[in-house]
Amino acid sequence: MAAELSTVDQVQAVADDKYKYGFVTDIESDLAPKGLNEDIIRFISAKKGEPEWMLAWRLSAYRMWLTLEEPHHWARLDYPPIDYQDSHYYAAPKRKEDGPKSLDEVDPQILETYKKLGIPIQEQAMLAGVVAVDAVFDSVSVATTYKAKLEEMGVIFCPISEAVKKHPDLVRKYLGSVVPYSDNFFATLNSAVFTDGSFVYVPKGLRCPMELSTYFRINEKSTGQFERTLIIADEGSYVSYLEGCTAPQRDENQLHAAVVELIALDDAEIKYSTVQNWYPGDAEGKGGIYNFVTKRGACRGRNSKISWTQVETGSAITWKYPSCILQGDNSQGEFYSVAITNNRQQADTGTKMIHIGRNTRSRIVSKGISAGRANSTYRGLVRIMPKAEGARNFTQCDSLLIGDRCGAHTVPYIESRNPTAKVEHEATTSKISDEQLFYCKQRGLSDEEAVSLIVNGFCKEVLQTLPMEFAVEAQKLVAISLEGSVG
Amino acid sequence: MALIEIRNLHASVDGKEILKGIDLVIEPGQAHAIMGPNGAGKSTLSNVIAGRPGYEVTQGSVTYLGKDLLALEPEARACEGIFLAFQYPVEIPGVATTTFLKTALNAHRKYRGEGELDAMQFLKLVREKTRALGIGDDKLRRPLNVGFSGGEKKRNEVLQMSMLEPRLALLDETDSGLDIDALKVVAEGVNALRSPERSFLIITHYQRLLDYIVPDFVHVLADGRIARSGGKELALELESRGYAEFTGAAA
Repeated sequence: MAAELSTVDQVQAVADDKYKYGFVTDIESDLAPKGLNEDIIRFISAKKGEPEWMLAWRLSAYRMWLTLEEPHHWARLDYPPIDYQDSHYYAAPKRKEDGPKSLDEVDPQILETYKKLGIPIQEQAMLAGVVAVDAVFDSVSVATTYKAKLEEMGVIFCPISEAVKKHPDLVRKYLGSVVPYSDNFFATLNSAVFTDGSFVYVPKGLRCPMELSTYFRINEKSTGQFERTLIIADEGSYVSYLEGCTAPQRDENQLHAAVVELIALDDAEIKYSTVQNWYPGDAEGKGGIYNFVTKRGACRGRNSKISWTQVETGSAITWKYPSCILQGDNSQGEFYSVAITNNRQQADTGTKMIHIGRNTRSRIVSKGISAGRANSTYRGLVRIMPKAEGARNFTQCDSLLIGDRCGAHTVPYIESRNPTAKVEHEATTSKISDEQLFYCKQRGLSDEEAVSLIVNGFCKEVLQTLPMEFAVEAQKLVAISLEGSVG
Repeated sequence: MALIEIRNLHASVDGKEILKGIDLVIEPGQAHAIMGPNGAGKSTLSNVIAGRPGYEVTQGSVTYLGKDLLALEPEARACEGIFLAFQYPVEIPGVATTTFLKTALNAHRKYRGEGELDAMQFLKLVREKTRALGIGDDKLRRPLNVGFSGGEKKRNEVLQMSMLEPRLALLDETDSGLDIDALKVVAEGVNALRSPERSFLIITHYQRLLDYIVPDFVHVLADGRIARSGGKELALELESRGYAEFTGAAA
């Protein structure tokens, strides 16, 4: 209950002000010089105190990246070229020793920042057993709560840099096993320069009793942020992971290229939920985050399941396709998505469901909402491999347009190489009608209340898959991100 | 004081004048019926009062409880107590009827400076109202008007009316698309809401509805003007003689 209340308060604060996350904390950063070269990668690796194999992996990625070209041609996105030499690739808040041992040791300014964000860690720490927070401030984890409690149960939940040192066997076995460093331009860049992110390992047979959650935040001026998250659910285990983001307001575009890898072994299930509300830029499209993310899960074991839910309301550019590789027989993949674009935002998002094992099933529900002069594209691939006997897919893609200057596009690819497979695709495009708006207003609702109600109804099927803590926040975010879109 | 006072009201849609000087005064507790041939401007009158976009008032005034109604936004008019029961209630997919009712009720309460009802208080109220109208809980969980029959949609309008307790209810061809049983249920719902404070403007093409919702006054609207006014017996007269004399007069 308490966690929910705090979420409501937090959301209320957001509702009071369109984007009050636009502030910059002046914590002196431990900055790497601008630019990217092998020395910078060695610097990052040294800062993290990494073993040699990790550095070697990074360098291989970097050398590969030099040979790759930024994917500009296929996504329906339009943005100026990114100067990769104009960014800092490492920024850490200054710390006393090697890191705080408890919340008391956390820089008060950082805690203050969280307070402004409405995520009081101290309060969270008191809410024992509800939500564990691996809070990431810029690139370095500053506080990890509930770790001890999770450890007792055998769950490993820690910053990935710590996992590299403490659990090298697990990291070496699984890192890059779903998204190899050679995967794509942005994932390869991430592999070379990632600075932090989370690592989760849930042991055999354990149903993780709490939602694991991370609040990411980009704070350092012109620092691209490159998280790397790795989640492993061992046989018969279950874990639900929540990710929510806010970023301060500024003019330069900020690059963000995260990689998330999920691995579900036999009978294991991973539920990964994201609410993303990074700064989308102003009404004219100035500023805003560039979000190029590679998220992929492997259902490696039989009867395993991976479920992605995303609510994407922020960022100037969203390039994101959380996918499932359905390798184990009878494994299941799900993708539930709400993508809202307003003003000049652009989103090209969707999923890939790769059916390899027999009787694999996948379900895709995508809701795209465009307002202002925004463009939203659903891009999805359903691929049935020759051995995927009896594979099933159901896809539903709905687009909602608000106003007459926005765009919605649906680009589904279906490749079936097994005649027993059954693939269904449904798509609709609709507009909020004047009739609906007037009906709501005649019942006393303002324009904004009406749009919020109608859009939340449109997204309901997706929003209800979110954990409770996020559902309330997401509903309010839907309303906030569409403010000013009618009337 | 009159509840609503309409003076010399002229209104156009897409530049075409539909209302050509309406005068109408409704006192609290009265039910007025507006009858007339198709295209006479009956629905336009209710839409202008409710403030539907696209209906432009070119002349005249509407005073509601002493206020200039035309200066208010549609949602403010609603919160001031004007309720339009739609001829074609709109579907809102994914929004449960109960969610819609609660949002609407709380918007009214907020406007009046009252606190929002919590889930328990709301549930108690809605149960009370639905029982009276014979609406099952399962209907409340369904998305608003989606897949509702004509009768269910109109009953839902009456449910909303009884929740929002307006001062002035505009019934726009509420009888259209209803069979006689559904018509009776809806009329009973409306009659249960009649009170000395609440007034009704009933727009209908047929006399049938007025057998069940008996008006105090009947007005014939023809070619954008009120051509004749009388008591409830005027409706019966129209039923037998038709609107020919009015359309003829207009031609």
